Amino acid sequence: METKKAIISVKDLVKKYDDFVAVQGLSFEVYEHEIFGLLGPNGAGKTTTLEIIETLRAKTSGEIIVDGFSVDKQPQDIKQIIGVQLQAAGYYPNLNLIELIELFAGLYGANIKPMEMLEKVNLQDKAKAKYKALSGGQKQRFSIATTLINQPKIIFLDEPTTGLDPQARRNLWDLITEIRDAGTTVVITTHYMDEAEQLCDRVAFVERGQIIALDTPDNLIDKLVNSGFERKKEVKKANLEDVFINLTGQEWRE
Amino acid sequence: MKKYNNLTATLALAKASFRSIMRSPSAVVFTLAFPLIFILVFGFLGGGGTHIDVGVTPGSDVNNPVMGMLEKTGMIRLIKDKSKAEFDKLLEKGNVDAMIDVHRKVNSAAYSVNVVYTSASRDKGGILKSVLNNIFYDKTLKPTVAEIKESTITGREYKTIDFILPGQLGFSLLSTGVFGTAFVFLSLRQTLVIKRFFATPVKRSSIVIGEGIARIGFALIGALFIILIGHFFFGFTLVNGALTVVNMLILATLGVIVFMGFGFIISGIAKSESMVPPISNIITLPQFLLSGTFFSIEAFPSWLQPISRALPLTYLNDAMRKVAFEGLGLWDVKFQIMILLIWGIGIYAVAVKVFKWE
Ligand SMILES: Nc1ncnc2c1ncn2[C@@H]1O[C@H](COP(=O)(O)OP(=O)(O)OP(=O)(O)O)[C@@H](O)[C@H]1O
Ligand SMILES: [Mg+2]
Repeated sequence: METKKAIISVKDLVKKYDDFVAVQGLSFEVYEHEIFGLLGPNGAGKTTTLEIIETLRAKTSGEIIVDGFSVDKQPQDIKQIIGVQLQAAGYYPNLNLIELIELFAGLYGANIKPMEMLEKVNLQDKAKAKYKALSGGQKQRFSIATTLINQPKIIFLDEPTTGLDPQARRNLWDLITEIRDAGTTVVITTHYMDEAEQLCDRVAFVERGQIIALDTPDNLIDKLVNSGFERKKEVKKANLEDVFINLTGQEWRE
Repeated sequence: MKKYNNLTATLALAKASFRSIMRSPSAVVFTLAFPLIFILVFGFLGGGGTHIDVGVTPGSDVNNPVMGMLEKTGMIRLIKDKSKAEFDKLLEKGNVDAMIDVHRKVNSAAYSVNVVYTSASRDKGGILKSVLNNIFYDKTLKPTVAEIKESTITGREYKTIDFILPGQLGFSLLSTGVFGTAFVFLSLRQTLVIKRFFATPVKRSSIVIGEGIARIGFALIGALFIILIGHFFFGFTLVNGALTVVNMLILATLGVIVFMGFGFIISGIAKSESMVPPISNIITLPQFLLSGTFFSIEAFPSWLQPISRALPLTYLNDAMRKVAFEGLGLWDVKFQIMILLIWGIGIYAVAVKVFKWE
């Protein structure tokens, strides 16, 4: 990273659901043009944190600035410059993909060609299909297409590769890297460490609502190795995933 | 940064919602098929020869064998205690099928019977005529009835369809407003569609208004369809032609807006989609039965009438009939409109309290 300008800054974020403290004083920064990963076990508070930054949930306390806008005072401004893929979301019933993209274009006030958006995620053949009729991976890709409609400065992807086959996952990494290279900052959560290692410029490990480590994947691995860690078993030159890719090819599956 | 345009967002939502409604079979069935089926059934049944309402002219003798015989037929209902002016109106519209006036002839024990028919109800007038003829030649009566004088006033013919169609239209608007709105908002909320919307800069008001525009547009297309089918295939009376249609559509808009309020309330209190139909039925069924959809509410027992007169659909139906058949303007039905507005204010006051976004 050449210049490390923070585009998101989170300070002492706390979120309580009644008595339960889901997020306990998180602080971190996301730099412009990086892919930032939030990692951690189920229930660690990743989705909660993302949705607070996305202005979809109220926080209990703390301060969040997104590209100079405060989540408390300027949520509308934030919504205009971010793209959001939710871990769980639905789309308007009875509409096909083109019509859904048109709807979002209207909601964002963006002037785009729906077909081009679908091409970006390789769904042009499904243009007339209903969202419900898509496979899990296609749904994820469609969700990502909807995050790009307003040409956002930042996109948030909550577990975009969960449930995808290895090819789709790799192709999605390429897509996400392209998006980053085009100048968009990406905040992503995932449970796949290989993915985080390949994709993310920096990652934060969250556990029980607290950050327990934050660095580049390389640095984190080096630190562990330097502390004398060794893998129990010598790794083979390839793993089963390599076999899968090798056998089934690289392309998207429909 | 480009200025965000709420109107664009609202219209995009209206368009999406309208497309979605048009593809939803239940919406089309409720709004179009049901009312049309009822109209067909009643259009062909043509009223089903029920009974004949005969007004007794004020001042007429009532204790005479003629009236006794008429009542005994079981088919004729004698209506008393209304003023001459009221009767004239009813007769002209065909709400009363004929008037009868019985007097003892001067210096005679025999009666003179004076009957006035109305062209607004020729069929029933015709039945009455033959009944009277039978009576006239009835041996036991013959000596006491000296003569029957008959005449006909001209009124507008009031057909079954003129009564049935506005009622069906009103009910169609009620069900589209209530069921449609309740289902849509509940399912958008539960399937997290609304949550995804909230991640865009769209305003809540745009979501509500966009949905509203789509629903009203759909309801009006349905209404127009029903009116035109009724007019061209079943002879539904549109006194002032296109102007009447426009007035009816304006009333329909008001009606559907008020009824959508019920839908907003239900979407707020229903915990799941399966709870929508029962709650909606609680609201729509009584109105379906009691608001003069099939029968004039005057036909109900008197203890039921105040309930009927409290329901908003009663006033929409009433206003529709007055506008369509009597050719009244909207200002002439301001009372009905006012009651609907009062309902609207009440409903939306509750809706604002119970409506849920997430
Ligand atoms: N609406 C809510 N009400 C109450 N508790 C909640 C709510 N949403 C989340 N929680 C709780 O907050 C904690 C953090 O949830 P969150 O969804 O942020 O986890 P996560 O890190 O995204 O997990 P996962 O990897 O499974 O997606 C969990 O214990 C969860 O049960
Ligand atoms: Mg999560």
